[in-house]
Amino acid sequence: MALDKIGIAKRIAQELKDRYFVNLGIGIPTLVANYIPKGIDVEFQSENGVLGMGPFPFEGDEDADIINAGKQTITTLPGASFFDSATSFGMIRGQHVDLTILGAMEVSENGDIANWKIPGKMVKGMGGAMDLVASAENIIVAMMHVNKAGESKILKKCTLPLTGVGCVKKVVTELAVLEITPQGFKLLERAPGVSVEHIVSSTEASLIVEGDIPEMIIN
Amino acid sequence: MINKKVKSVEEALQGIENGMTLMLGGFGLCGIPENSIAELVQKETRDLTCISNNAGVDDFGLGLLLQKKQIKKMISSYVGENAEFERQMLSGELEVDLIPQGTLAERCRAAQAGIPAFFTPAGYGTEVAEGKEVREFNGKMHIMEHAFKADFAIIKAWKGDTAGNLIFKGTARNFNPAMAGAAKITVAEVEELVEAGTLDPNQIHIPGILVQRIFQGEKYEKRIEQRTVRIR
Repeated sequence: MALDKIGIAKRIAQELKDRYFVNLGIGIPTLVANYIPKGIDVEFQSENGVLGMGPFPFEGDEDADIINAGKQTITTLPGASFFDSATSFGMIRGQHVDLTILGAMEVSENGDIANWKIPGKMVKGMGGAMDLVASAENIIVAMMHVNKAGESKILKKCTLPLTGVGCVKKVVTELAVLEITPQGFKLLERAPGVSVEHIVSSTEASLIVEGDIPEMIIN
Repeated sequence: MINKKVKSVEEALQGIENGMTLMLGGFGLCGIPENSIAELVQKETRDLTCISNNAGVDDFGLGLLLQKKQIKKMISSYVGENAEFERQMLSGELEVDLIPQGTLAERCRAAQAGIPAFFTPAGYGTEVAEGKEVREFNGKMHIMEHAFKADFAIIKAWKGDTAGNLIFKGTARNFNPAMAGAAKITVAEVEELVEAGTLDPNQIHIPGILVQRIFQGEKYEKRIEQRTVRIR
C-alpha cells in the first residue's frame, strides 16, 4: 500500500544521523521532526533565524516573536539560538547545515528540482529553497510520486521552472525510495506491498532496478 | 552621545516621497515595523518600490499598502498568503521581482557593508540567473548579485536606546539587522525606547551608527500568521 504523508515523514526520519543540523521545508518535511530515531541528537534550523527549534507551544504559550519559516508558532529547546537572516543563509551557504529536506513538484533524473512556480497559475516565490538546494551537500526530497491526474512527477527532465540543478541526492515518495546516481534514478526501496512493476509504471524517468528491492520498514 | 530619538512616527518618516525605494524588515508578520507601515498608509505615499521578504497578508503588514495601491514594485522571496497581491501581480498592476531569500538578505548586508556585488550559488541554472555574470569558484558555478540601493530602511527592534543601539527578540530579528544602515536613512521603531547608557553594551545586536532615527511605536498588535499549538 502506498504510504501516507506521515509514512513518508517516518521513512525520511531514518535518514537523520547523530549530530546532524537539519533544515526542514514546509509540508511533509516539517513532520519529520516528530519521528527522530531514538538515541541520536539532531538540531533543527529554520532559515528565518533559529537553531534548536522545538515542538509547537502549548495553547496559551504562543509567542508572535517566535515562529518557524512556515510562519507557525514554535518553541525552542535548551541550547537554541536566534540570529538574523544574513547569518542564517551564511550557515546554509557555508555548508554548516548537514541535511536539507524539502518538498518538490518535479524532480529529474540528473537531480534537478522544481518547486517554486507554475507559470500562469501559481507564483508564490522560491523563499529560501534556491539557496538551500544550491548549497547543501545532502538534499532529500519528500514528494508524491504522481500528481492528482496520475501523471509522474519523477521525470527525465523537469517541465517547470527550476529551483536548482543537479542537486537532489535522494527522493522519498508514497511509493518508493530513489537514489539519484550519475546513471539516473536507482530504486532502493519500495513501500510495503507496492510492486516494482507499479513503481516503474508510475515513473516517467527510467529506473535502475538491481536484484530484489526490499520493502521500506515503517514503524 | 549622538541623539537619534525623534518625537513621532511622522518625524521618523519625514522625507519619504513618491517613487522612492524602501527596505522593510520582517518575516511574514513577525518583526515588521507596524507603526511605520500605518504611517505610510496615512501619508498616502505612492509608487513605492518595497524590498521586503514577504508582502504581508491582505489586511496587515505590507498588504495594507497593497490595498491602497501605494506599491509599484515588490522585491521579495515569497509572496503567498496574500490574495490582493496575487491579483495585482497577475493583472500586471504590480511589478514583482522574486529573488532567493539568502540572496535578498545578502544584498541587504552587502549594501550595509559597502560591498558592491558578490557571487552566490543560489539560482544558478534557473531563471534567476538570466542576464547575470556567471563564474566558477572551487569547481562550483556562482552568479553575481548586486548590493541593493534604497532610500530608506525601516526596521523594527524589541529594545533600543536614544543612541540608536538595538536589541532584537526571537525570530523577530530576521531581516532587520541586515537592513540597518543598508539605505541612505535607517529608521528604527522599537517596543521600548530607553535612555542611552541603560542597555548593556555587551548585549547590543546592532550599533547605533547604523540607525539615523529611532522612536517607540505607539502600540504593537504583533499578529500571528499561523497559530500552531499542542494540546496540554
